[in-house]
Amino acid sequence: MKMKTLLQVFKSFFLLEFLKALWLATKYFFRPKHTINYPFEKGPLSPRFRGEHALRRYPNGEERCIACKLCEAICPAQAITIEAEPRDDGSRRTTRYDIDMIKCIYCGYCQEACPVDAIVEGPNFEYAAETREELYYDKTKLLENGDRWEREIAANLAADAPYR
Amino acid sequence: MAEVNIKNYNLNFGPQHPAAHGVLRMVMELDGEVIERVDPHIGLLHRGTEKLIEQKQYLQATPYFDRLDYVAPMNQEHAFVMAIEKLMGLEVPERGQYIRVLFSEIGRVLNHILNLTTHGMDVGAMTPILWGFEEREILMGFYEAVCGARMHANYFRPGGVHQDMPAGLDEKIMNWTETFIPTLEDMETLLIDNRIFKQRNVDIGVFGQDEALEWGMSGPMLRSTGIAWDLRKSQPYDVYAKMDFKVAVGKHGDCYDRFMLRLAEVRESLKIIRQCINDMKAGPVASIDRKVTPPPRAEMKRSMEALIHHFKLYTEGFKVPEGEVYAAVEAPKGEFGVYLVSDGSNRPYRCKIKAPGFVHLSAMDHLCRGHMLADAPAVLGAMDIVFGEVDR
Repeated sequence: MKMKTLLQVFKSFFLLEFLKALWLATKYFFRPKHTINYPFEKGPLSPRFRGEHALRRYPNGEERCIACKLCEAICPAQAITIEAEPRDDGSRRTTRYDIDMIKCIYCGYCQEACPVDAIVEGPNFEYAAETREELYYDKTKLLENGDRWEREIAANLAADAPYR
Repeated sequence: MAEVNIKNYNLNFGPQHPAAHGVLRMVMELDGEVIERVDPHIGLLHRGTEKLIEQKQYLQATPYFDRLDYVAPMNQEHAFVMAIEKLMGLEVPERGQYIRVLFSEIGRVLNHILNLTTHGMDVGAMTPILWGFEEREILMGFYEAVCGARMHANYFRPGGVHQDMPAGLDEKIMNWTETFIPTLEDMETLLIDNRIFKQRNVDIGVFGQDEALEWGMSGPMLRSTGIAWDLRKSQPYDVYAKMDFKVAVGKHGDCYDRFMLRLAEVRESLKIIRQCINDMKAGPVASIDRKVTPPPRAEMKRSMEALIHHFKLYTEGFKVPEGEVYAAVEAPKGEFGVYLVSDGSNRPYRCKIKAPGFVHLSAMDHLCRGHMLADAPAVLGAMDIVFGEVDR
């Protein structure tokens, strides 16, 4: 008992727990850093990452979306608005495909519901804008995204195919 | 000199105070530096989740649960999907149950890392949060690998989970359970013996077993008084019955005990995570009832029947038989429950959410009375409040 008290006094008098912590922090100081140099270095993303939306096309340039409106129906935030009409060649296509990126909660239900893999949430997460208007995406913007990210999106879909 | 009567001083703690853990506003009545009365004002983050859920199909409502306690999103989803499964009498395949338990425990570690380190920061220790968040980042990487989002997972579904874990993820998680322990030990070295940390926490916010029960506490708050009550043990759900783990309990019911208890719980969680990965066998991850879970992609493209199921599920959703049910999980903060009333349609008639944080916060006045102003952040930090679930 006495020995224990003595040890306690010794420990507290010589600030042992502070010194231990200080030594530990000093060791950490010289370890390699965990931070990354963000705009130039980026962390890894999995193929399932749900980022900015994109509308895809078939390899022959024809847009995939057939205006079945499943994404519009399942969207919990009601962020998607679709209008559709038969095109001149008789095929049914959208005349309007808007996503309100401010309403969107990135739950991934739209890409899950899409039967033709037309609407996808791509790997891009850097689309911050200065005004709200820039985040009301219309069909042209979404198709543009699809063209820009097609390689990454196709690779991700292929990587994830066994699990879907 | 004549005696002067000094009036009590009213002070606003928050809603922008960094130690208020979100948007809590507490009106405090102070006698000098001693707290006479605390009046927590909540509701600044109220989003009407419960009412919104009444307007949504069952499937559409799961993302709301990520946004309640956004520190451990999947644990909340777990309660909701369990409520639906109970009403429908759905069976969850074993692998699905293992994955759910695995990710619930990862959620518990996520939550406890945040709470332990911010509790340290509330009482003046800046370093643990920097180390702890590196580990949280790795865990959120696991979340992202499995569901595509770092926080708002939307991964648990009625009848199982959305997708199987990608190959190789189990090994990564297993390795992490090894590499995490040194970091945890380092965080302990910084805090648990530290005299400043002890002075700020030992014998602060003490309450007994009777008080804890009267205030309806659960989780670490209740266990810190010595009551070994854990829903994972007392009413095991999913595969928790097969898991070998201990329920950590405290002795004194003070802030320091709650801190130590959470540390012990993290270690138990690591044990469960390892068991899950070792015991998991290959198999389906979600129910094969096509009225509730969508068919696999390839099948949907080939079979007309599957396509019809796919369309029905994503437009009309599924109907849940009439009835009411209460399902609760042991969320990291305590008992998180969902009381679901169904009228037989495809949307819930009522969905009451029982959040542990709300109950704990109501005891704030009781715990803080007679303490110094500087003790309030310590009490609040050890209480583990997240405003997403308190305000809902």
